This record gives sequence, structure tokens and C-alpha cells, in this order.
Amino acid sequence: MISIQGLRKSFGSMEVIKNVDLDIEQGKVVVIIGPSGSGKSTLLRCLNVLETPNGGIISIDDQQLDFNKSVSKKAIGAFRQLTGMVFQGYNLFPHLTAMGNVTEGLTTVKGQSKKEAEKTAGQLLAKVGLADHKEKYPYQLSGGQEQRVAIARALAMDPKVMLFDEPTSALDPELVNEVLRVMKDLAHEGMTMAVVTHEMRFAQEVADEVIFIDGGVIVERGAPADIFNNPQHERTKKFLSLLQ
Amino acid sequence: MFLNSIALSPERIQRLQEIASTSIGPLIEGAIKFTIPLAIITFIIGLIIAIFTALARISSSKILRGIARVYVSIIRGTPLLVQLFIIFYGLPTIGVVIDPFPSAVIGFSLNVGAYASEIIRAAILSIPKGQWEAAYSIGMNYSQALRKIVLPQAARVSVPPLSNSFIGLVKDTSLAATILVAETFRRAQEIASMNYEFLFVYTMAALVYWVICFILSIIQGRIEGRLDRFVGKSGGLS
Ligand SMILES: Nc1ncnc2c1ncn2[C@@H]1O[C@H](COP(=O)(O)OP(=O)(O)OP(=O)(O)O)[C@@H](O)[C@H]1O
Ligand SMILES: [Mg+2]
Repeated sequence: MISIQGLRKSFGSMEVIKNVDLDIEQGKVVVIIGPSGSGKSTLLRCLNVLETPNGGIISIDDQQLDFNKSVSKKAIGAFRQLTGMVFQGYNLFPHLTAMGNVTEGLTTVKGQSKKEAEKTAGQLLAKVGLADHKEKYPYQLSGGQEQRVAIARALAMDPKVMLFDEPTSALDPELVNEVLRVMKDLAHEGMTMAVVTHEMRFAQEVADEVIFIDGGVIVERGAPADIFNNPQHERTKKFLSLLQ
Repeated sequence: MFLNSIALSPERIQRLQEIASTSIGPLIEGAIKFTIPLAIITFIIGLIIAIFTALARISSSKILRGIARVYVSIIRGTPLLVQLFIIFYGLPTIGVVIDPFPSAVIGFSLNVGAYASEIIRAAILSIPKGQWEAAYSIGMNYSQALRKIVLPQAARVSVPPLSNSFIGLVKDTSLAATILVAETFRRAQEIASMNYEFLFVYTMAALVYWVICFILSIIQGRIEGRLDRFVGKSGGLS
């Protein structure tokens, strides 16, 4: 289970995440929605500690980072391995094949042998439907395939929670579903997930909870049906009406 | 014309043929024993210096950044010839005597280190931030991300400018003649000072450099072709 308490993040004098509390239970899928610049990416990046929060406590299972004190680089490195991150722009390593992208973390970070790593990577690439594309370089793959490699790369580290930051926003419409399909499968297997997305159908079908954030605070949260059909706050209503 | 009459004189042609056949050996020997080894050794040492200098320049430590910047500024802001003279003729006056070849190695390595560090620094900075983030997100630390993800990509970006530096270095090694390294150009000076055929002998020396650089440019093309494999057409890195 993930727990965030009193999370704060500023860029210079601009406060982007303002005292956010959020719990995500084991195996649950949380979809985060909100207007541009509301802090969705920053929230996910704080969980992956790609941004160092200015304050707050983040814990995943029994591991905890307390940003109200100073946190060592080593602790951050260890904590990062608990989360898998999938970026909007895939960020695959262009000099490595699909296989290399997935094995790199296993060999370099986990110290596995190449053979061991390739076995795991082969299974994961098959799982995301890319068994036939193992030896291709990123430039030889479509956007949807690249993003699926990126998902396999994150899964390889065996994270407790997967973080997705607009994973389909950069994709041509016909490629969106193949990525959502993989994410749905993951959700059904019981992976804990936090997903920033504009795919409202995905949210309705898969999310256990939808969180609407605006101006760095959680404005409203609830079951997808409640948030979409019966929003309580003006800001949520306005945001949802703009999506139609 | 005057030039023609010289060129057409049979005695002169014979004399030049003799000079050519007796001096080509020493010139090539100078290239094989000194010019090429000097270029290769200093390029390797220089690259190592350059990588550390580049890393120092982008590091978060003010002191490291400062040291690296001063080093690069001094080397780039002073003539290579003057640097070589300081090492070879200057240092002995304070009791530091270094032989010609090692002096040249020191001088040229420091030079390559400073210039190549700028190339490597630019190459590292050209790698998108998302690559570092993706590396960190799978749990890599700074040095792992650097070695496994960023430097391999930066290397590809810096191959064209670095091979140009290497070709430039081969030509610059002729300056080592001034500190008594018996490389190609110094051999040419010695030969020409005996037969006074300056135009002919120096042209032969030029030809030796040109052949070396021509071969290098072919190798450069091969390496770039190999590296392009990873990017394909969409990479836009080269
Ligand atoms: N590295 C940074 N330096 C300075 N400001 C930043 C940085 N990253 C984000 N911000 C600012 O923080 C605010 C929140 O950004 P964030 O990327 O979290 O928004 P978002 O909700 O993900 O928006 P979008 O839907 O456009 O992706 C924005 O105003 C943004 O300009
Ligand atoms: Mg965002």
C-alpha cells in the first residue's frame, strides 16, 4: 500500500503540490485527472522521486521517505525501485534493442546475469505482445510498440506500483488501444497503479478511484461513476464539461 | 616560363628522383615511429582527460567546475607552440627535464583534453533529460546512468567532431619538430637543410600527412556508418 502525507513541492516560489494526502491500497487503480499545469505529472514524479518534494512523507509498504528531513541519495535510489514509471514520451534507450531496454535494469541495477535477465525480459516482452520484436531498436518500432517496451522495462524491476504519466497522449489514435489493453491486463492481474490520463473510458472501466486535482490540491475523489456522473465541486464540473 | 624550364631539365628531374627515393624512407619512418604513435597516444590520454573534464564541468560541485573551466581556458587561450616550449625548454630551468617525446605527449594530451572536453560536454548535454530520468526511474544511480545510458549515446554524437579533432591532431604533431622529436616534419627539415630542395622535400612531407589523414577519413566514415545503425533515419543525432 502507498501512503502520501502532507506532500509539498515548489518550483522556485511557485507551489505546485500543496499539502497532498493520498492513500492507494494494494491492487487498486487510481486515475488522476485535472487541467494542464495542475500538478499531475509533478505528483507522479514525486512518487518516483524524479522531483524531490519540499516536504511530506511517502511510504510504500514498509519503506518510507520522510522529506521533512534530509534524504540520502542511496535511500532515494532504493525507493525508486519500488515504483515503475511510464512516460508520455516513452524515453526508451535508443542505443539498445527492445530486449536491451528491458534487461538493462536487471543486469546493471539488480546485478543479474545476462542470461537470467534475458529470460525475464523475454517473458515480459511476450506479455506486452512483442515477442517477435525483441531484437528491434526503438526507431524500428511504432509508438504503441515503444510504449509497450517501456512498460515491460518498468515491470522488469518488479515494482510495487506502476506510475503512468499520460502513456497514450503521444500516440496516434489507432495505437492507443494496444497500450490501454496492456494496462488493463496489468490492472486485472492486481498491479497497483496510478495513472494520469485523458482516456475517460479507461478511467470508467478500470479505475477503482478517480482523483481530480487542480492547482496542486485534490479537489475531489471518488468512484469513477460518481466523479463523472455526479461531480460535487464546481471546478470538477467545469473541467469535465470541457472534456465533452 | 621559368617554372617550366626547371621542371623540364632532365638533370633536375633525375636529381629530384634521387632525393625522393632516399628521403621517402626517413619520412615514412618518422611517421611510423613518431607522428602516428604520438597522435594515437595523446588522443587516448587526451580523451580520458576530456571525459573527466567534461564531467567536472557539468557537475554540481562549484570547485570541480571552476578547476575544469580554468584548465580549458588556459589551454585554449594560449598557443600550442608556446605550451610545448614551456614544457620542453622552460621547465628545465626549474630543474624539470623531460625528453622530447614525453614532452610532446604531455603538451598534446593536455591540448586534446581541453578541446575534446568541450565536444564531449556538448554531446552529454545534447542527450535529452528524459534519458537520465528513464535511467533513474529503473533505479540506476548517477554513475550507472552515465556509463550505461548517456555516454554511449553521447559517444555516438561526438564521433564526427572527435574524428575531426584526431585528424587535426595528426597535423598538429608536426609542431613537435620544434622540440626535437624526430617525426615526419623534423626529418623533412633535416633532409632539406642538406640538399636545399625545400619546395620538393616539404611537399613530400605534406604528402605523407595527407595520406595518413586520407586513410583516417575513410576509417571515420566507416565508424560513423556503424554507429548510425542504432539511430536509423529518425534519430537525428548525426
Ligand atoms: N522542472 C520544473 N521547473 C519549473 N516549473 C515546473 C517544472 N515542472 C513543472 N513545473 C510547473 O509546475 C506546474 C505543474 O506542472 P505539471 O507538469 O505537474 O502539470 P500537469 O498537471 O502534469 O500538466 P499537463 O496536463 O500539461 O501535463 C506547471 O505550472 C509547470 O509549469
Ligand atoms: Mg503532465
